[in-house]
Amino acid sequence: MPTFEYAPAPESRAVVDIASSHGLFIGGEFVEATGGKPFKTVNPATEEVLSEVSEATADDVDAAVRAARSAYTRVWSRMSGADRGKYLYRIARILQERAREFAVLETLDNGKPIKESRDVDIPLVAAHFFYHAGWADKLGYAALGENPRPLGVVGQVIPWNFPLLMLAWKVAPALACGNTVVLKPAETTPLTALLFAEVCQQAELPPGVVNIVTGAGATGQAIVDHPGIDKLAFTGSTNVGKMIARSIAGTRKKATLELGGKGANIIFDDAPVDQAVEGIVNGIFFNQGHVCCAGSRILVQENVADEVVRRLKRRLTTLRVGDPMDKNTDVGAINSRAQLTRIEELTAAGAAEGAERWDSGCELPGTGFWFRPTVFTDVSQSHRIAQEEIFGPVVSVLTFRTPGEAVAKANNTPYGLSAGIWTEKGSRILWMADQLRAGVVWANTFNKFDPTSPFGGYKESGYGREGGRHGLEAYVKTGGDQ
Amino acid sequence: MTGLASRSRPEVPAPGSVGPPRRPYTLGVSTATDLDPTARARDILGVSRLTNSALTGWLHGLPGVDQVGCEARAAALSTRSIKTTSKAWAIDTAISMIDLTTLEGADTPGKVRGLATRALVPDPSDLSTPSPAAVCVYGDMVPFAREVIGDRGVNIAAVATAFPSGRASRAVKLADTRDAVENGADEIDMVIDRGAFLAGDYLSVFREIAETKEACGDARLKVIMETGELVTYDNVRRASWLSMLAGGDFIKTSTGKISPAATLPVTLVMLEAVRDWRDATGEMVGVKPAGGIRTSKDAIKFLVTVSEVAGEDWLTNEWFRFGASSLLNDLVLQRQKMTTGAYSGADYVADDAPSGY
Repeated sequence: MPTFEYAPAPESRAVVDIASSHGLFIGGEFVEATGGKPFKTVNPATEEVLSEVSEATADDVDAAVRAARSAYTRVWSRMSGADRGKYLYRIARILQERAREFAVLETLDNGKPIKESRDVDIPLVAAHFFYHAGWADKLGYAALGENPRPLGVVGQVIPWNFPLLMLAWKVAPALACGNTVVLKPAETTPLTALLFAEVCQQAELPPGVVNIVTGAGATGQAIVDHPGIDKLAFTGSTNVGKMIARSIAGTRKKATLELGGKGANIIFDDAPVDQAVEGIVNGIFFNQGHVCCAGSRILVQENVADEVVRRLKRRLTTLRVGDPMDKNTDVGAINSRAQLTRIEELTAAGAAEGAERWDSGCELPGTGFWFRPTVFTDVSQSHRIAQEEIFGPVVSVLTFRTPGEAVAKANNTPYGLSAGIWTEKGSRILWMADQLRAGVVWANTFNKFDPTSPFGGYKESGYGREGGRHGLEAYVKTGGDQ
Repeated sequence: MTGLASRSRPEVPAPGSVGPPRRPYTLGVSTATDLDPTARARDILGVSRLTNSALTGWLHGLPGVDQVGCEARAAALSTRSIKTTSKAWAIDTAISMIDLTTLEGADTPGKVRGLATRALVPDPSDLSTPSPAAVCVYGDMVPFAREVIGDRGVNIAAVATAFPSGRASRAVKLADTRDAVENGADEIDMVIDRGAFLAGDYLSVFREIAETKEACGDARLKVIMETGELVTYDNVRRASWLSMLAGGDFIKTSTGKISPAATLPVTLVMLEAVRDWRDATGEMVGVKPAGGIRTSKDAIKFLVTVSEVAGEDWLTNEWFRFGASSLLNDLVLQRQKMTTGAYSGADYVADDAPSGY
C-alpha cells in the first residue's frame, strides 16, 4: 500500500448519450444500411457493448460516393475558399465546445486514458480544423503550384488508435482544398466519427460534403474499388496499405498512405537523462503504444545503457495502468482482443528468441484487454521484436557505440516513420536528422504533434504527407492537371 | 511530531557502484557526520586534493536538464486529480510539513509569539489539525518563539549567514549562525553565496556550507540556493549536488525575497538530485521549496511530485518541508471544507500573522 494512495477520480460518462444503434451518414442524414450485417462496438476496458453499428455494403458506399459527387459539383467546389473556411472554423468551434463529450466517448470506445483524449486528442482535433480553415482561402499562396484546384471525391479509411484525430487529419485538409469525402472509421472505434457527423449537421455543412460509412475490411475495399473515387487517403497497417496500392494500380486514383513504423529513439551518453527517460515513456507508453510513430526501439549508447534502463524501469513502476476513465490513469486498455493476441504473440517470440523480458508487475483489471508496460533488453537487430511493429506497450532496447552505428541501426528497418535523438549537442542533432530515413525526427522530445508540421513516412511507412503546407499538396491538382 | 528531532537516517540500500552517470564512484562512508566534509568529498570525487577544478569537473559532469522536458514533466504531474481520502491525507501531510515563516524587517516579539501560538494550534475550531513542522524566523527572534513553544514538538528554524543576500564576510556569516544556534534554533536555514557560485568558485561555496554545518552543531542545516538567481536548471542541479556534498541536511529553493521562488520544475530537479544522491551514497537529504506556494492545490501538486519522483520515503516532514506563511490558512480552510462539506471563508481561519500588515 503506497503512502500516498490516489483515490479513484473517475470522469463522469453522463456527458455522453450513446444511441443503441447507429445508421450511416450519407447526404447529410443518418440512413439505414441496405443489408449489411450490423456489428457491435465494445468498451475494451470492460468488454461492455456500447452500441450496434451498421455495416455499409457496396451499394451503401455507392450511395455515399454519389452524395459526395453531387455535393462536390453543385456546392463545395464552387464555393469560395473564404466560405469553406467559415464552415471549417464553425466545426472547430463546435468541437471545442463539445470537447468533453468527445473525450469521454473516445475513451469509452477506444480504451485510451481520459487524460490523453482530453489533453491531447480532442485539442489537436480542433487545432487541425482551425489550422486548415485558415488555409482554405489562401491556397494560391501556399506554393502548391499554379492554380490549385480540388481533386473531387476523396475516399478515406482511418485506424482505431486515434479515431477522431485521424478523422481530423483526413477531413480538414480535404475540405479546406474543396474536396468532398467518404470516410470509413475503424470497426472497433466508430462512435466519435458518428458523433462528428452530428457536428457536421450542427454546423449546417452542406449535405454530402462529409459522408461517414461504417464497416470492416469489405466496406473499405468497396471505397477503394469505387470508380467514382478520385483520391484515397489511408492510415493503417502496411499490409492493408499494400493491398490498396495493388487495387488502384493502373487506375487514375491518387493515394496517400500512412502505414506502420518501428521508430528508433536514440539516447546518447550526453543526453539529459531524466528527460530522455520521460521521452522513452512518452514514445512507447503513450496511447498504450498504439502509435504508428511510436519509439518502439530504444537505441542507447552502450556506455550508459545500464543506467538508462535502470532509470526507465524505476519510472515504469510509477505508471498507473487501469480504468481509462480515471483521470489519474497513464496507460489504458488495449483496443481489442485481436490486438492483445498479437502483442502477446510477439512478446512471446521475443522471450523465445532470447531477449530479456521485464514488466512493471502492476495489477491489471479482471475484465477487458490489458497488457503491462514491458521492456526487452539484450535485443538484437535480428530479433522479431526489433523488426516487426508490435503496436503495444512494449519497447526493445538495443545498444550502439558511435553516432554512425546509431544511424545505421536506426535505418536498418523496412519502415521509416519516426525517430528521436537525445543529446545536448546541437550539431549532432542536425547531422543525425540529415542521415535518418524517417519522416519525422524529434530532438529531445517525442510524440509531439502539431497541425503545422507535416507527417508521413519513408519506405514501407508509406508516402505522402499530412499536416502543414505539404499536407495540402495531396488534396489539390495544379497547372494543367486534369 | 515524532521523528522531528531525530538525526538518525532511515534504513536505505547500501551504497552501490551506481553514481551519477559517467562519474561512477564507490563509497566507503555512511553518513555526513562521520567524516570531515573535505575528506568525505575527496572520497566521493575520487581525488587526493579537493580543488575547484576537481569540483568543477564533477559538477559539470552531471547530466544536463532539458528545460522543455523538465517543465513538461512538472506540468504532467500537476494534472493528477487528488480527491476525497487522498486529498484529506495530503492536506494533513502538507500542514505537518510547513515551516511557518515570518521574515520581515518589521517582525516584533508579539508577531513571533503569535506565529508560534498558531503553530501549536493551527485551527482552534478543530484540535485534530496537525501542527506545522517548525516556525521559521530571524535568529534574534528565536527566544520569543521558544517562550511559546518550549519543547512541545514544533521546531524552531532560524535563517542565518546574512540572509537573504548572503553578502557578508565568512566570519560574520558563521557568527550569525552560532548566534542563532545559541538562541536555541533547532534548524538553520543558510543562504549560499550565489555570486561565488555564478563566478564558478564552487570550492568557496563548498567551504562556506561545510563551515556553516560545523557551526550548526546538532541543528539541521537547510541550504538555500536561491534558484531564482541561479536561473538555469543545470545550475539548480549543480548547486543541489554541491550542497549535498558539503553536508547540507536539506536543499531549499529560495529566500522568498526573489521571484521566481519555489516553482514546481525547480523542485522536480531538486527531488531528482536527492533521489540520485541516495542511490550514489545511501544518504537521504531533505527538500524544501519556499516562497510562492499559497494554495492547497499547489501544495498537493508538490506532494504528488515528491511521491512520484523521489519516492514515498520523502513523504514526511523529516525529509520534505514547505517554506510558507499564508499556505497554512488555505490548507486549514480546505480541511474545514472536507470536514463540514461547506466553504467558510478567511474569517473562519484564525490568523495571528496576517500578511501585508
